[in-house]
Amino acid sequence: MMLRRAALIVPLLMFLGFVALAVYRMGEPPERVIVSKMVGKPVPAMDLVGADELHPGLNDGDLRHGTVTLVNLFASWCAPCRIEAPQLKELADKGVVIHGIAVRDTPEDIAAFLNDHGDPFRRIGMDPNSKAVLSLGASGLPETFLIDGKGIIRKQYIGQIRPEQVAEILKDIEEARR
Amino acid sequence: MIPEIGHAALWLAAGLALAQALAGFRADGGRIAVPAALAQGALCAVAFAALTWAFLKSDFSVALVAGNSHTAKPELYKWTGVWANHEGSMLLWVAVLAVFGALAALRAKSLGERFRTVMLSAQGFIAIGFYAYLLIASNPFARIVPAPVEGSGLNPLLQDPGLAFHPPLLYIGYVGLSVTFSFAVAALVLDKVTPEWARAVKPWVLGAWSFLTAGITLGSFWAYYELGWGGWWFWDPVENASLMPWLAATALFHSVGVLAARGALKNWTLLLAVVAFSLSMVGTFIVRSGLLTSVHAFAVDPERGVFLLILLAIYVGGALALYALRAGTVTAGAPFRPVSREGSLVVNNLILSAVLGVVFLGTLYPLLLEAVTGDQVSVGPPYFETALLPLLLPLVALMAAGPLMRWRTMDWAGLGRRLVPALVLGIAAIGVALALGMRSPLALAGVALSAWLAAASVMIFRGRKLKRIRLIPASVWGTSIAHLGVAVATLGIAASGAGGIETLANLAPGGRLSAGAYTAQVDDIMPAAGPNYTAIRAVISVTGPGGATVLMPERRTFVSPSNETTETDIWPRLTGNLYAVLGPGDGSGRWQVRLVWQPMIALIWIGGMMAALGGLIAMRQGRRRQEAFA
Amino acid sequence: MKPKHQRLALAGAAVAALGVAAALALPALKDQAAYFYAPADVVAKGVTPGQAIRLGGLVEKGSIERSADGLTIHFRVTDRLETVPVAYTGIVPDLFREGQGMIADGRFDDGGTFRAETLLAKHDENYMPPEVAKAIERAEAAAKARPEK
Repeated sequence: MMLRRAALIVPLLMFLGFVALAVYRMGEPPERVIVSKMVGKPVPAMDLVGADELHPGLNDGDLRHGTVTLVNLFASWCAPCRIEAPQLKELADKGVVIHGIAVRDTPEDIAAFLNDHGDPFRRIGMDPNSKAVLSLGASGLPETFLIDGKGIIRKQYIGQIRPEQVAEILKDIEEARR
Repeated sequence: MIPEIGHAALWLAAGLALAQALAGFRADGGRIAVPAALAQGALCAVAFAALTWAFLKSDFSVALVAGNSHTAKPELYKWTGVWANHEGSMLLWVAVLAVFGALAALRAKSLGERFRTVMLSAQGFIAIGFYAYLLIASNPFARIVPAPVEGSGLNPLLQDPGLAFHPPLLYIGYVGLSVTFSFAVAALVLDKVTPEWARAVKPWVLGAWSFLTAGITLGSFWAYYELGWGGWWFWDPVENASLMPWLAATALFHSVGVLAARGALKNWTLLLAVVAFSLSMVGTFIVRSGLLTSVHAFAVDPERGVFLLILLAIYVGGALALYALRAGTVTAGAPFRPVSREGSLVVNNLILSAVLGVVFLGTLYPLLLEAVTGDQVSVGPPYFETALLPLLLPLVALMAAGPLMRWRTMDWAGLGRRLVPALVLGIAAIGVALALGMRSPLALAGVALSAWLAAASVMIFRGRKLKRIRLIPASVWGTSIAHLGVAVATLGIAASGAGGIETLANLAPGGRLSAGAYTAQVDDIMPAAGPNYTAIRAVISVTGPGGATVLMPERRTFVSPSNETTETDIWPRLTGNLYAVLGPGDGSGRWQVRLVWQPMIALIWIGGMMAALGGLIAMRQGRRRQEAFA
Repeated sequence: MKPKHQRLALAGAAVAALGVAAALALPALKDQAAYFYAPADVVAKGVTPGQAIRLGGLVEKGSIERSADGLTIHFRVTDRLETVPVAYTGIVPDLFREGQGMIADGRFDDGGTFRAETLLAKHDENYMPPEVAKAIERAEAAAKARPEK
């Protein structure tokens, strides 16, 4: 019976329709990362106390002294922050000025963290209530901002800095110096 | 070292799955397939144990552990953290698949050696794809160098007992249906769609269905108290993704009953067996690929979605093609009368299929419309409620009658006699509900149907001698308990829907608000802290009929990974739930507080769990042919 | 009944069930499916007050205001091309904040304010609902195509 044979194919055809729809939909990226609205704007006002004698605090004025700087948001309790430590060290060794903002952290823990993973920072501002995190428009830890000599945020690097990103960041810094 | 053992075990298991799949093409393949299935079960157990070990020992050299765990995480969440992430949950999926394969190798002997070999071969084919997916696209044992000394913690929304056990239950249900799928494929290949086949497959369907039911019930409960919206079902794509295989499995074990007892509905049962597992895979795919916008979806990876889609196309497309080619050759079943047990089960299947169709269309309609016209729509509760109520009310009404009918014969008088108590109770229930002040016609219908179904579910035992209680088949007990569970849940749905009271107020400490018979006073609003979050906590003292308590809802802010959650606080009472939610502050010392009274809402989840229990009980095979399904 | 007739009857019943499902689903889809609008769509196409729609966009910076009783919030939703005023009574979801994507289900009142019945923000802070992302892309493309004012 032809009709009966034809009816048996219907489920297969319906499924193929679903696959076609899915393929169509998969062609588009389903999500994207929200970039901080602060990129291109001046650093927001902040005044953070220093972590210890070696590391004075950080305020927005420190970022307007004509040097291109990286501001790295980190915490001793944040695992990806450890993963990016060698990359930060490499950048610091190449002469890049890096300031840290320690989020919800204690001076003792920070000292231990720097002892274990190296210390790339000139200044470390303490951000005990993550106010600075929010005002910079960051969405998590770690995150790094590239700030030019006039205190304008030029770039935002979300997540840990991977080894292959180091060259890109050095290039971005070159551009920001111009 | 131990993670490497787990990794190696997976590769070995993948090799065995290949051997098992190919064994189906050899006449004496059983000698390979059965040991291969058993060894796979053991190897996957080893792999799963290895990952569990890494989580318990906080071995952060394993990337997955570093990314999803933390030494300070409570012990329970180190255990459940194993599957509370993408890679681990796929390992769980594969491990459950392998364990089910091993069980099937041990248990499925009744249909002969050849059938078992072909069935295991189909199971092997499914397994290969998922091993490949696991090992290539989401290896749970990947190491990171250098190993961090501390992990980044578990998504706070997942640190919850409800959500910790929801996925494994669902997965056992989804994957359990793979055995049904393999049974159907083997039956198609060997043309063996017989009542014996139905009896052999029935416990697998029931087992999988019970776990699915429990998983969905737990998921609904979690959404209720964690999301803080006060609802228990949102018709969200992710929820529908688990509901669709459940509907297909429900229809399947009812139609399997007809096939087992009367040798009818062969093609239909085969199709349902294929479709149930296919919808499980479609569900996993929807959740993992981010194909549909959902309130539950977490960040997703499109590449993995493509991999899953390919697997889906191969397995489901292959099985449905096989069905189209082979089902036409299946011999026709025996005829039967419309008003009989089998006739009622056909009606059950028709209604359930219509429900499935409505849910399927509503879930995929936004995708379809966007592809055709480019318009974006969302299909929410109004659609599902409008379209499903005319189907669900008669379904519940007929559920009462079905088990009271006899196989083969039309017996109107007997059926009528058995339904009299249900009718009386149903009408009495309307009277009670009216006296309690219930006025909504829909809720009254729900209450009446609940009483009607509950009475009929007990009447299943009528005519059976209590002295010989041990001779009553398990399937009769199972049917009665499961149907009673549906009655209980129906009552919960009707009562909480009609009698809910909700108030919202903006309060400073000292402020009061009330919901129904309950009054609450905000005693204090204060900061609080947990191991990896800070929070604002409200202390609210509540008094109501026969008691008083203190509720402490919170708003938590997590830093790593960054997130915010609302923690509701619930006062469970015998007659209902009172719950409080803390909203954001307005900056002038006042905070939004929501107080909600929901009568009898807990019955929804109690009923769901009863249904799951009934399914598990019914797994035990009936002794006599007549009662193979009741 | 002969087996053949029985099969025909069953097939007929299956087709009837399919018909009932379609008869229930299609009108419900027509009436109940909420079309997605970005603010620019609202301005361009117009939406009848009282019609259930889904509105998506970004919560405009600095636009969130609370009513005197503290229960209703008013804010504006933007796709960077047009903005629409929204009012919502209730507890806003976690992660609802200025500058972030959101989706609201509700209706326009006669005064042109969107009365949201439910607000959705996502579990994941870095996530923008795809509808919103697309709407913003559309709006930006339209803005580029438009001559400078």
